Amino acid sequence: MTAVTTPPKKQAQRGRPGQSSPKLAYLPIIFLAFAIGVPLLIIVVYSFLEKPSQGTGVKWVFTLENYKALFIQEKLDGTTALDTRYIKVLWTSFYYSLLTTVVTLALSIPVAMWIATRDARKRNLLVALVTLPFWISILIRTYGMRQIVADEGPIGKFLGIFNIEWSILYSPPATILGLIYVFLPFMILPIYASAERFDFRLAEAAYDLGAKRMTVVRRVILPSIRPGVISGIALVFIPALGSFLQSDMLGGGKTNMVANVIANNFGQARNWPFGSALAVLLIVLTLLFVLIMQGAAQRRGDKVELV
Amino acid sequence: MSEKYLEICNITKVFQTPEGGEVRALDDVTLDIASGEFFILLGPSGCGKTTLLRSIAGLEYPDSGEIILQGERIDDKPPYDRPVNTVFQSYALFPHMTVGDNIAFGLEMENVDKDEVAKRVEEALEQVQLAGYAKRMPSQLSGGQQQRIALARALAKKPKVLLLDEPLSALDLKLRRGMQVELKRLQRETGITFVFVTHDQEEAMSMGDRIAVFSQGKIVQLDTPVEVYRRPVNAYVADFIGETNLIKGTVVSGGISLPGGNVLPTDQLAADSVIPASGDVTVAIRPEDLVLAANGMISGTVRDVIFTGDSVRVHVTVGDVEVIASLASYGTEIPEQGSKVTLNPEHRAARTVAS
Repeated sequence: MTAVTTPPKKQAQRGRPGQSSPKLAYLPIIFLAFAIGVPLLIIVVYSFLEKPSQGTGVKWVFTLENYKALFIQEKLDGTTALDTRYIKVLWTSFYYSLLTTVVTLALSIPVAMWIATRDARKRNLLVALVTLPFWISILIRTYGMRQIVADEGPIGKFLGIFNIEWSILYSPPATILGLIYVFLPFMILPIYASAERFDFRLAEAAYDLGAKRMTVVRRVILPSIRPGVISGIALVFIPALGSFLQSDMLGGGKTNMVANVIANNFGQARNWPFGSALAVLLIVLTLLFVLIMQGAAQRRGDKVELV
Repeated sequence: MSEKYLEICNITKVFQTPEGGEVRALDDVTLDIASGEFFILLGPSGCGKTTLLRSIAGLEYPDSGEIILQGERIDDKPPYDRPVNTVFQSYALFPHMTVGDNIAFGLEMENVDKDEVAKRVEEALEQVQLAGYAKRMPSQLSGGQQQRIALARALAKKPKVLLLDEPLSALDLKLRRGMQVELKRLQRETGITFVFVTHDQEEAMSMGDRIAVFSQGKIVQLDTPVEVYRRPVNAYVADFIGETNLIKGTVVSGGISLPGGNVLPTDQLAADSVIPASGDVTVAIRPEDLVLAANGMISGTVRDVIFTGDSVRVHVTVGDVEVIASLASYGTEIPEQGSKVTLNPEHRAARTVAS
């Protein structure tokens, strides 16, 4: 009897259909570990090394000077003073990213809700339209943005009719506009994904119970799409914090964000250790932000995992 | 019950289909519902009953007509300005709120003060026999419990009319029967006017004070359950409410000629049956109104015998049609399949109906 009943057990061990073998995940995991882990390790190590007296690269001598230099300036006469330049750059990055996040959020919620309430065929078309910018290189799109916001661009010419002066290119507003433009789809898509799952009969129930339009949005719709909103904030704020292209091309290099300073240290300034220290600081601050977001989400009982 | 409470006057609602056609969900519907009544809107899916309920709630705006509650027009008001509340088929409990917060939601919209809200939430939970469940999340409750919470949420508002949109359709039969009794009791105790939509004729008959039978956007018959069952106005109602043998026949002198050469004398039909002088008619006979008789008026051959416990259902081939007789389980000799039998209609319950 035992001989007859053994074969099925062996088959059961192979796993159910549709359940992929963990072996398939090994290769991408190893790839990602190398692609993310190794550069990160290099950056962290470099940040504790000295800058060679000439040329690029690092001198293999341990030092904490790079981190000190982020906040403290040594004057020629030997005295030290608080250096606010890098704190200001970080603050600028944080402020631009926050503004970008707030504006994209305000624009995305109504758009996502509107798309989610169309019929299925229109929904797919509209989502495809939202993702359309991804078809074109970000570099080309940013060049395009430069043409549009230029003093003599279409906006400038139009406002010129009414004698309104338009000059934002190579200034902070152009950088922020560029950030909003680039990150808008990253906010719309996750919110749409949540909104699409929203059961609009709940909104009807809220109306029926005496809630007015804004109350329905605030107390029923927003809590239901909160996971999408949190994902959207993470997908916009974190990359915006490290964005480089917009301030470089639209801000004219005058309005530096932290990524521009980091890039400059690896380029023209030829100070790899200091650039690494600044990069580590940015990573730590980003991680801190993610942890705060996650903590807030968990307190509200949302199932959101960012790290 | 004589005073007008909720008046539906000439309501019409037309929907556009995606193919460009039109569906008249409600076609000039007029009816009055009395205060404290348990009123049923009954019909198959797509007959317009839910559209009417949603029009009363304010979730749908009719194209024409008026809805008047206690002498005041409400059809042009938004849902939050109408003193009516709905129990939805899908329950529509807010998944991110506790049971207590779900019930409190509607009261907070009325700016009821905090202590009063807490009191009424507790009261509503007791009414549906779920006291102590306030802290649970809806996802932690069974379907039957969620249904009760949806009911409690609407009742807590003390609406002038409670609208129920097939609230029991997702429950299994046993739970549904229990809830029917409980709903009826709640309605009696609170005195609230219930308007209840269902496609289940048994549910309609066991709960309703009056039933409006819908077909294709119109009311076909509006009466008490007993009247709708005993005196259906046409073949559609006779067939939809309960089970009926609809037999086509021809008027002959002194009776109606049925298939298989059988003749049903006129004096066996219900006294108020309308019998034309000549031509084709449809005779409706309920299975339970047929009995086996030694020399009955309708003769045929037994095709199937089904024992269901409380009754014996005998399928008899009469001419070219099949007639079902539902016989009492005890005290009846169960006929054999293939045997010749004769049946008699009883109580003069058979009647002619418009087809």
